[in-house]
Amino acid sequence: MEALRLPIAMFLQHLANAISLGSLYALVAIGYTMVYGILRLINFAHGDLLMLAAYVVYYSQGMFHLPWPVSISLSVVVTMCLGIVVERAAYRPLRDSPRTTILISAIGVSFLVENLGLVVFGGRPQSFPLPRFLDIGSATQIGSVTVENITFAIPVVTLALLYALLYIVHKTKTGMAMRAVARDVDTARLMGIDVDRIIATTFALGSALAAVGGIMWAMKFPQINPLMGMMPGMKCFIAAVFGGIGNVSGAVAGGFILGVAEIMIVAFLPAISGYRDAFAFIILIGTLLLRPTGLVGEKAAEKV
Amino acid sequence: MRVPAEQRRRALLLLGAVLIVAWANGDLRFAGVSGWGSYTVRIINLCAINAVLAMSLNLLCGFTGQFSLGHAGFMALGAYTTALLTMEPATKKMVFFMTPQWGPLQNLLLPFLPALVLAGLVTGFFSLLVGVPALRLRGDYLGIATLGFAEIIRLILQNVRRVTNGALGLKGIPPVTNLWWTLGTATFTYFALRNLLASSYGRAFKSIRENETAAQAMGIDLFKHKLISFVVSSSLAGMGGGLLAALLTTIDPVMFKFPLTFQVLLTVVLGGMGSLSGSVLAAAIVTYLMEFLRVVEEPHYLSFMTIRGIPGLRTVIFSLALVVVVIWYPRGLMGDRELTVATVTGYLKKRWPGRRGAG
Amino acid sequence: MILDIRAMRMQFGGLVAVDDFSLSIEKGGLVGLIGPNGAGKTTVFNVVTGAYPPTRGAILMEGRDITGMRPDLVTRLGIARTFQNIRIFSRMSVIENILVSLHWRLRASIVDAFLLDRRYRMEEERMRAVAMGLLAEVNLDRVAGAPAGSLPYGSQRRLEVCRALATEPKLLLLDEPAAGMNPAESMELMRFIKRIQEDFGLTILLIEHQMRVVMGISEKIVVLDHGIEIARGTPEEVSRDPKVIQAYLGVQEHA
Repeated sequence: MEALRLPIAMFLQHLANAISLGSLYALVAIGYTMVYGILRLINFAHGDLLMLAAYVVYYSQGMFHLPWPVSISLSVVVTMCLGIVVERAAYRPLRDSPRTTILISAIGVSFLVENLGLVVFGGRPQSFPLPRFLDIGSATQIGSVTVENITFAIPVVTLALLYALLYIVHKTKTGMAMRAVARDVDTARLMGIDVDRIIATTFALGSALAAVGGIMWAMKFPQINPLMGMMPGMKCFIAAVFGGIGNVSGAVAGGFILGVAEIMIVAFLPAISGYRDAFAFIILIGTLLLRPTGLVGEKAAEKV
Repeated sequence: MRVPAEQRRRALLLLGAVLIVAWANGDLRFAGVSGWGSYTVRIINLCAINAVLAMSLNLLCGFTGQFSLGHAGFMALGAYTTALLTMEPATKKMVFFMTPQWGPLQNLLLPFLPALVLAGLVTGFFSLLVGVPALRLRGDYLGIATLGFAEIIRLILQNVRRVTNGALGLKGIPPVTNLWWTLGTATFTYFALRNLLASSYGRAFKSIRENETAAQAMGIDLFKHKLISFVVSSSLAGMGGGLLAALLTTIDPVMFKFPLTFQVLLTVVLGGMGSLSGSVLAAAIVTYLMEFLRVVEEPHYLSFMTIRGIPGLRTVIFSLALVVVVIWYPRGLMGDRELTVATVTGYLKKRWPGRRGAG
Repeated sequence: MILDIRAMRMQFGGLVAVDDFSLSIEKGGLVGLIGPNGAGKTTVFNVVTGAYPPTRGAILMEGRDITGMRPDLVTRLGIARTFQNIRIFSRMSVIENILVSLHWRLRASIVDAFLLDRRYRMEEERMRAVAMGLLAEVNLDRVAGAPAGSLPYGSQRRLEVCRALATEPKLLLLDEPAAGMNPAESMELMRFIKRIQEDFGLTILLIEHQMRVVMGISEKIVVLDHGIEIARGTPEEVSRDPKVIQAYLGVQEHA
């Protein structure tokens, strides 16, 4: 019986990690998909927001010793503000430009944020503090295996935020306006919707989710550095495409599946774990070529 | 028909240029001095390589309108091909100390020119494999798909340790790159692309950029022409990568991540998407600034204090420049105009007219 | 018979743009396709030229099935078109716009292009001569070097027709060539279309939603409304048909 309990415990550990990672990917993927839905823009800089959120908490804890709820709220607010500023400064002037121009701008902003981080925060990885309330910083034993408590907290928080977001999108006037703008900008404008404000709101919401994702990410993987958002950002974007770009539930599904698949593959096929990151890109290319609308996406008719 | 005087002038200019390069490269002595200083020569080499990279990316993005972010992947292929073909077997044995190299490659050694050409061909072949699926996509989807392919290429290079030595990279690549190779390749690239773009094919590429649907309605095979542009662009990138490998003498997979493509992209945007001479100019400016600003990033040790360097500041400046250019000066330096001898002399004649009357 | 459209149906998701449309055009004919906005006329063009395959039905050209064939291949077979919203290559010069249409006939290889060798240069000279000739036919030869986007609207329309002609078509599809023109300009355009038909031996299918403009030159007119054919016949018959008048009721005729 002992021999069997070991693999089961390991499997559960991997599963817990997988669901955790999937939740984080889902949270950040939502931001990508919402922005793409209304602006048809891949916001390359989105992944870097999670880095910023982590650093705000790091500094507010380390330097100012603020209580956790305050530093988390501060971080979310700061990240939301940055998201709105980026939209206003780097994307709004290009609304009428060809799509590739605005994509170049997004890439530029991403590199700008990352390297500003390098300049301001320094390139050396820092250790992220772990909170003590709710025992989050500590771990639990399952059989012979240890799992950090944060791993359980992440899916819970994600689901709660998801519920809140879906409520906003489907049950409030702002959410309806967001959906209208995503469907047809000009008609929405004619209906009296303040398109600029709605776009800003979308960015704010997505950024807030990315902020929470970033903070929880730093709690789970407590080493932070200014480039930490680059790869996860790419993967979350891929998750959004995989699930169906423009569709929130698609982003969630994509994020979960990608996160779970990544952990499971590394766990059970260690020989190819060097290709861990390639896996996400293979999924991206596969999706774009075989089913560009993603898992849940709808086909948009092209008018010549 | 060209006037003999014109031909003579061109021949003289060419001879002068060759002499200057020979002197700068250290092959010729003048007044007892030769060589422009190895630091300056290195910068010029880098400028020329960046010019090749920028022109090739411009062909695809600026002239054909296909937004590709995979350039670094093709540079990597070219670099590794050149390195593996020019490294001495003895060096290879030393470098592959963790995993011995795959048999047939151990003793393979070629002179530089065939190695460089092969780098271009190998890269061209792989770009075919990438282009055929990827070019079915458009706009930003093409961009991220090519980005994905570049990462996959890079990760493969990082994992096939028996061929590439994996994450350890390759050291001891013979430092063959000199001014002749770089300026020669840059000149070749410039004229080859200039001819191509002035030809009917160039018009086909531009028509695809302007309006794909209309181009197709006028009989242009979209896929074939996109693929031609893609393969030519990538092969040149491979050669650029090969030159880079022989310049730096040391390469590893980490060098060829997305930031490298970003640097080439920013050069193209700065110079003007749609101007070959713009790319050359921008390559010179960006390369020079990169070196110049390197000063800011490194620590400086003075006798009484140490000024800490600020790493990352160069990229901050360049990415800020990119965003500013893309928003306010989207046409970059040259837009889609070209700087040629004719335009320069025409401009000079307008500013200072009347020395010899008209023309 | 140059063009034979058989029972074509085009459906986009839930929307049926064209239903059960059939039309055959003999060589040398000039047929008008009219109907109010949104009737599906451009959709017919798009299906014939291969922009998308029809949901049902077949398109034959000179007896050969071209249903769903790629647009550039359709053009090479001899069907050329213009677009309702002008799609000239604005940043390229006027003559370059024409030269693009000549590209697919290029016999020199890409290596010749790289080298700009004699073989290539001879072909380029030939192509330019042909292009200038065509531009002269439409009175645009004097602006051959100007950027196409800098031309006035009427000239751009003529350029659009000219580059379609450069593909040496047998059948020319003109999509609302008179859009945005005043009556005098429209009549001038119609005379122009008649002339090129004779000069180049073309068969022409013409979309117009201004009835008056098309009446003068078409031999046969087909009327579409909401994707369905509601009338067919000579201009006189069609202009008197009550169903046609009904379809246009409430539509302000542009002065």
